[in-house]
Amino acid sequence: MRSFLSVFAALGLSASPPLLAVTPAVDPVNNEISISLEQEPQWLTTIKATDAESSIVLDHITEGLITRDVDNNLIGGVAERWELTDDKATFWLRKNARWSDGEPVTAHDFVFAWQQVANPQNAAEYAFLMRLFPNGAEIIAGEMPPETLGVEAIDDHTLVAHLVTPTAYFIDLVTFISFRPVREDFYRAQQGRYAADAVNMLSNGPFILTEWVHGASMRMEKNPYYWNRDAIPLDAINAPYITEDPNARFNLFMDDKTAIADNLQISAMKMAMQEHQKLKSFSDGTVYYLGFNYREGRSTANLNLRRAIQSVFDAAEMTYKVIGVPGNLPAYTLFPRWLKGDDGQSLQAQYPPRKPDLSVERGREYLAMAKQELGVEEIPPLTILLSDQPQTAKQAEYFQNVMARNLGLEIRLDKQIFKQRLAKMSAGDYDLVMAGWGPDYNDAMTFADLFTSWNANNRGRYSNPEYDALITEALQITDQRRRNQIFARIQDIIFDDVVIIPQYERGFIYAQDKRIDGVRRYHTGGDLNFNYTFIIDEDGSRGVPD
Amino acid sequence: MGAYIARRLLSGVITIWFIATATFFGMHAVPGDPLLNDKAVTPEIRANLERAYGLDKPVPQQYLIFLKNMLQGDFGISFTQQNRRVNDIIAEHFPVSATLGVLALLFAAGGGIMFGALTALFRSRMPDYLIMFLVIIAVSVPSFVFAGLGQLAILRLNSLLGFSLLPVAGWGTVAHMLVPALVLGLGTMAYLTRLMRSSMLEVAETDYIRTARAKGLTPRRIFFRHQLRNAILPVVTVLGPAIAAITTGGFVVELVFAIPGLGRYFVQAVQQLDYTVIMGTTVFYGAFLVLMVIAVDIVYGFIDPRIQVSKSLS
Amino acid sequence: MVSYIPTAEDFQALDSAREGDRIDRPSLSYWQDVWRRLRSNRRALASLSIVVGLLLFTLMGPLLWRVDPALQDLEQVSQPPSLGRYALVVADNTPAPTVTHTAISSAAVDREQAARNLRLLGTPHSEGVNLAWDPLPGVDAYQLYRHEYPPRDADDLGLPMARLMPQEISYRDLLGLETRQYYYSIVGVYNGKEARAYTTLPVVVEQAILFSEAEYRGLLSGDATPETAVGSSIRLESHPLGTDYLGRDMLARLMWGARTSLFIGICAPLIFVIIGLAYGGLAGYSGGRLDGAMMRFADFVIALPFLLFMILFKIAFGLGPGESGIGPMLLALVLLSWPATARLVRGQVLQIREEAYIAAARMMGATAPYLVLRHILPNVMGVLLVSLTFAIPTAIFTEAFLSFIGMGVVPPTPSWGSMCNDGIRTMLSHPHELMFPALFISVTVLAFNLLGDGLRDAMDARMRSGT
Repeated sequence: MRSFLSVFAALGLSASPPLLAVTPAVDPVNNEISISLEQEPQWLTTIKATDAESSIVLDHITEGLITRDVDNNLIGGVAERWELTDDKATFWLRKNARWSDGEPVTAHDFVFAWQQVANPQNAAEYAFLMRLFPNGAEIIAGEMPPETLGVEAIDDHTLVAHLVTPTAYFIDLVTFISFRPVREDFYRAQQGRYAADAVNMLSNGPFILTEWVHGASMRMEKNPYYWNRDAIPLDAINAPYITEDPNARFNLFMDDKTAIADNLQISAMKMAMQEHQKLKSFSDGTVYYLGFNYREGRSTANLNLRRAIQSVFDAAEMTYKVIGVPGNLPAYTLFPRWLKGDDGQSLQAQYPPRKPDLSVERGREYLAMAKQELGVEEIPPLTILLSDQPQTAKQAEYFQNVMARNLGLEIRLDKQIFKQRLAKMSAGDYDLVMAGWGPDYNDAMTFADLFTSWNANNRGRYSNPEYDALITEALQITDQRRRNQIFARIQDIIFDDVVIIPQYERGFIYAQDKRIDGVRRYHTGGDLNFNYTFIIDEDGSRGVPD
Repeated sequence: MGAYIARRLLSGVITIWFIATATFFGMHAVPGDPLLNDKAVTPEIRANLERAYGLDKPVPQQYLIFLKNMLQGDFGISFTQQNRRVNDIIAEHFPVSATLGVLALLFAAGGGIMFGALTALFRSRMPDYLIMFLVIIAVSVPSFVFAGLGQLAILRLNSLLGFSLLPVAGWGTVAHMLVPALVLGLGTMAYLTRLMRSSMLEVAETDYIRTARAKGLTPRRIFFRHQLRNAILPVVTVLGPAIAAITTGGFVVELVFAIPGLGRYFVQAVQQLDYTVIMGTTVFYGAFLVLMVIAVDIVYGFIDPRIQVSKSLS
Repeated sequence: MVSYIPTAEDFQALDSAREGDRIDRPSLSYWQDVWRRLRSNRRALASLSIVVGLLLFTLMGPLLWRVDPALQDLEQVSQPPSLGRYALVVADNTPAPTVTHTAISSAAVDREQAARNLRLLGTPHSEGVNLAWDPLPGVDAYQLYRHEYPPRDADDLGLPMARLMPQEISYRDLLGLETRQYYYSIVGVYNGKEARAYTTLPVVVEQAILFSEAEYRGLLSGDATPETAVGSSIRLESHPLGTDYLGRDMLARLMWGARTSLFIGICAPLIFVIIGLAYGGLAGYSGGRLDGAMMRFADFVIALPFLLFMILFKIAFGLGPGESGIGPMLLALVLLSWPATARLVRGQVLQIREEAYIAAARMMGATAPYLVLRHILPNVMGVLLVSLTFAIPTAIFTEAFLSFIGMGVVPPTPSWGSMCNDGIRTMLSHPHELMFPALFISVTVLAFNLLGDGLRDAMDARMRSGT
């Protein structure tokens, strides 16, 4: 009861948050910038983090074996050198990599961290990544102790990760936050409070989290022990505002309080143009699509009904006229444009996706066939499940109208908030769903295995032995040419079988302060990265980091 | 009086227990759970998560565990803000909401009583019409529109002045609080103005005012000593719930002005089905509200000597 | 001393019909009196007619303005109020004009060189703007921008529309084109970096409509074929209050939205105020233990987390997909909102109960129902009406707030609250989308307030003596 009373006591004492001096968007004198965050980071531990905001912060304060340069090319992070073979990956760590208390970063810190990700007591959602290593699956299932994970520190500066199957994209995958190091002695000394507050954290990245007022503000300062500190131009990054309201974040930018305003909506875009702001676009690599429910008894399990919908749905019209924000691109396949092929071009250029031949007549023919096969006079009203995002509702209303007009199909909207929508999706309580899929790693497989019969994210329960067999094959080989041929075949199956109807690849328009440059954006991991951001000098040249 | 307060507090505890129980089972009846996430997890990981959060036990058992912990004043750890105790969340963010709420209420009560009295004083004359017109605007525009407009107004003002007179958003200084508190208190102020006006006019017709006038008391004395004091009564009745509504209803304002208040945590918790935060905030707000109601009933007795709480309620 | 003793003869019966005791005016019942005084209040009458007008607008409007509120007109998205604009009929599926790729001169790469000959291909209209430019030597891509104002420098070129391969030297812009002036700019990209040099082309976009769309909407004469109609100018439907983000008619949506908003806004408060009155009245009148118990229950309901129980009720009452969700919302509002009124009424009743006239009436043998109906109820009416007139906008706003956090009525069912909520996102660029629904809410609220005022004055028993 005492702690409960202390809450009331706190009222009387009015535990007001520390007074923060208002920081300008760009401060050339102190070499700092200010940004706004959309949400409070949920868990700033690399062991458990899953949310976008945590990833953003963690990408500044921690560094993995491999990292990315300003142009998103893979470069060595803590690892100086590495070697990947079919059964193992070896990393040689640089000797000057240090934690923010001056201690060196060793291979043991990686081994410990990865064991903790697999440890069932930590219940990490990304634990499945550790199944790459021997005993990973058994540790997650609680059948073996975490110490048996097939990752070993040969010495302080050599790490060997044994692989269960050949993994072509492992080097890329290892940039992910779950593969960052955690130092055991520090972790244990926090007694369960690891990463709960700024004082309970240890950094090995370019920045240190020096202030964290929950729900209100954060401040990151340059890490003096970071091995590559000379390449980091900024001295500090402030995040004095946390709000989900996009208008508020835009207003803060317009008031010169933050250096970047992300995800502008049409109204904000117009205001930014009126004020002659610098606008940039970014495609975040997420593909949005219309998903179907394949469970027995659902009319959407009928191929001709899906074909009818495919014949009349115009992804370009929806992208250009309904969404109306540049950066979004009409999608015709599950594989977004940024995925690379094996001939130097993109996967899409190498294997161009087929576009549906839009025709209302053909759509009606398919519909007639569907009705016959289902033995019904009229297709019963179809339910489309959607999230509570205003943009999604707009798209669903458009879809509803297109279906009614061209096919006479009645579509009912089922708008649900986050958890309820997921609960309904998992339970299969829908016919159609407005869904999206963002990549976890930089390989087509992050999309391709989505509709395998064993994938828990295949919530519509699509099942196709050929599809499963293809993915099983691709999972076991590293020959990039053959893998891409498989992905091209998957692309065809998705089109012919109308597994889903791709709608658009998501993009954003964002406003960036004209005085800064070098903001890094990427499809995976913590998008919006200021590690290489610099303040442009008065004369327009690049500011020199001191 | 002491016995009365004790009795009320006891019944308040029972009320809180009712609220906690109804919320607990209501919350578990809502489909979905806090562990669901965009990306589905494998059954083993799911099982690990359920075990780690104690969701693998049957709901009645979870309820008993919750009750036991609640009696010890512990609401557990948040599902979405890992590593943060619900008690800490409340202790850190409620003072923010309360500060904002108290300021808003000062605006609302002060403005409401003043404007209400003014309209009654100048009944059917220019000030009356003007204030009532503003009141109508204040009640007929949704708070999220006001919040958005308020922020835009600051932005325009700052760009007009060429320097930041008021912060667009954020928290920390009194300057940060002014506009959010005004926006937050506006609706209640309008409501109180109307209530006060209506109440003033009613009191003006009573016999004791007529008597006072007949006795030859000065209009000023009648107005302050008799009319105003009696007219405040119904206003005080709604003040209790209004305090609670303001301190808990700040979600929109907290969101738009990036204020780290508890309102945002509560709405997010409901949307995310963060069981522990829902229970913690609900019980806390429930207790707060019950205390406010009791306080108002006692104050009521002080203001209106005709109502003797201890007697009429025994 | 002999005193005079009066006899019976000294007394005389008075005439029964004496002047002083005659009732001069016709006797008025309470409600007759209320109506009489309400009628004489001009403001109340005006607001009464607004309320009647709103009801007509809601019930009769859709019969007169027969525009489908769900009809989407993607040619006219977010248009301000207008009475029929003209549009150019254009053919469907026009292929983008192809540009023959001239050989790139092998001149030295000059990064400060701006693209030459940025030009239009064909008429720029809302169904597509076709641009082409001469190739630049040595680029690895082109970046195309679109601005709504004349660009000032290389950092101010507007919206980045597309990044194009070096072999692509034309572009068809289809993105949300409005009928206005645009400034297109093209910039060469060298080694992943945009050059500072740019070329700008101002373009005025004309309103157009696809032949198939015009045919579907019945805007063409019966015998029109693509050959005869394309190139002609036709008149589009008029939208007196403009259109929304999907080109739907605002007037029609406001009429249908009124059904939702007024239904929730009037029904919910009416029901919960009546419940609150009965509950609070009973508690206040009976006092004692019953009062205590009843008020504790009200406290309990008041303290329930509104949002959580709103979700719960929505699920408990089985909100099926496709249903608008108005019913469950109404029920949830009533179930969670009555205690405030109950507390208010109880407070009043507690006060009135102690009044001298109640004691007097009771001494004269008044029964409980008589006391309640005759004395308590009329005296509570004033405060009650004020709270009712305020409960109406509150209910409308609760609906709007629920839409704000994504839990309101299910689209495409319109409501004023959700329209306001949609409008606030485009407040700066298309103010009419916020203004009209907000105006309707304001007028409704104003009308109910003034009517409430009038009713209060008219029904107040204490004012009955005066006029």
